[in-house]
Amino acid sequence: MTKEQIKDTILKIIAQIIPDEDLSNLKGDIPIREQVELDSMDFLDIIMELRKRYGIEVPEDDYIHLATLDSSVAYLEPRMKEL
Amino acid sequence: MDYDVLIIGAGMSGLAAGIRLAYYGKRVCIVEKHYRVGGLNSFYNLGGHKLDVGLHAMTNYVPKGVKLAPLPKLLRQLKLKAEDFGLCPQQMSVIKFPDKTLRFNNDFDFFVQEVIDNFPRQADNFQKLLKTIFEYDELNLHAKPISAREVVSSIISDPLLSNMIFCPLMFYGNAQENDMEFGQFVIMFKSIFCEGFARPRAGVRRILDVLVKKYKACGGELKMRCAVKSLKCANSKVESILLENGEVLTADRILSSAGYVETMKLLTDYDFSKFNSHAGRLSFVEFILVLSKEPAEMGYETTIVFYNNSDRFDYRRPDGLVDVSSGVICCPNNFQFESPLPEGMIRITNLANFDLWNRLGEEEYKAQKAAWLETTLKEVVKFVPDFRDSIVFTDIFTPKTICRFTGRINGAVYGTPNKTKTGKTHLDNLFICGTDQGFLGIVGAMLSGISMANLHVLQKV
Repeated sequence: MTKEQIKDTILKIIAQIIPDEDLSNLKGDIPIREQVELDSMDFLDIIMELRKRYGIEVPEDDYIHLATLDSSVAYLEPRMKEL
Repeated sequence: MDYDVLIIGAGMSGLAAGIRLAYYGKRVCIVEKHYRVGGLNSFYNLGGHKLDVGLHAMTNYVPKGVKLAPLPKLLRQLKLKAEDFGLCPQQMSVIKFPDKTLRFNNDFDFFVQEVIDNFPRQADNFQKLLKTIFEYDELNLHAKPISAREVVSSIISDPLLSNMIFCPLMFYGNAQENDMEFGQFVIMFKSIFCEGFARPRAGVRRILDVLVKKYKACGGELKMRCAVKSLKCANSKVESILLENGEVLTADRILSSAGYVETMKLLTDYDFSKFNSHAGRLSFVEFILVLSKEPAEMGYETTIVFYNNSDRFDYRRPDGLVDVSSGVICCPNNFQFESPLPEGMIRITNLANFDLWNRLGEEEYKAQKAAWLETTLKEVVKFVPDFRDSIVFTDIFTPKTICRFTGRINGAVYGTPNKTKTGKTHLDNLFICGTDQGFLGIVGAMLSGISMANLHVLQKV
């Protein structure tokens, strides 16, 4: 997957978890949870969906890397480029 | 069989935990000792009538579109839609004490105004209480327990108002006698006053139906009439699970909704003296009355009445079989349904003493049930129109019934007063969810299952 595809994937996952939120103006460098109503339980589901769909394991200590869209892409790129 | 997770009990919390785990690909099995799901919130058929146990109303109701509340949170976590439970909001409920009545519906501002109108001198204090409630983080699993009685009486100087606020919150989810943990108080206050009551037209059956179907659709396994006989422990872990039918299961992790002490009693290294004091002792008797007509035909539109008919409000195990001086009168018909329910019904709940009921012989047990029905009816018709001539069918369950069907020690429906908020036990792979973990009410129970599944299974790689 390219960086752009990874970003799209993350956005699709978020859209599935919180379908009522508008994600079109989500900024890449600001924590996702500051921009949309996404609580810690919803956040966990992003990680669970990555595991379910792509078999990617994100250990608890690394959750912090998924705070913003940009940092998520950077963190996931080496793990998803072969997909 | 070997599972990733074994869940003990197919009640609200066990099913919700099961859905989370099965949805995310865990091999999960729920074992339920009863032939019916639901646990403390279940249902039965008797005399051609469909009856519910537990659920009077679902608390935490918010209309579709509200995002930051326990109910939508729960629906998102279980991948369910707002319509799935078919919740219909209440009409109006009341708290009735001698000389004072406070009404409330699902509009919080209405309740605030009721308090101000009835207790004008407490208006500022009540606002102060609300501020304290809203600033408290009731979901912090590591918060130190504090006394709600102390917090509230330090702010509200009129004990009558204080008691009237406590009454519904205690009846609908407090395991502690005479007092309540403040975090629980905040959870209950929000779930009843700030959010509100609703009920599916088909009652608890609808909710359980949705949960079971979802769980199975996610690939979860459900074994009914399948009681756990013992949990074999070694090296600080549960090594295997022995079922009453002789089968042996293994699982990496175990979530038990059977209750804390009840779960400890299943351990092969169980030390009775260590855990017994934790058992809860608050239980209830419930009178279910089927009527020949809709309560609305008698001019009765109230959804739930929380009454107290004495100068004090005692929430504790009574010295007699039943305490009719306070209680809850629920009318399942009086929700905003699209079409009326098939029959009129009134349910009355009073505090009761498990030991005294349990001690009775068969004949005396029956006689006492009949006698207390008379007594409680005499009391409740002071608060609702006299419907006694319209009763066509009666069923009564006691603390003994609750104990028999749910396995709860003392028939304690709200479990132990000492909640295990983190869900952790002294064993590395055994966790508590449901009533004894500490989120109460039906929504709370489901959130408990979800939180514990998230915290102790899904977050662990």
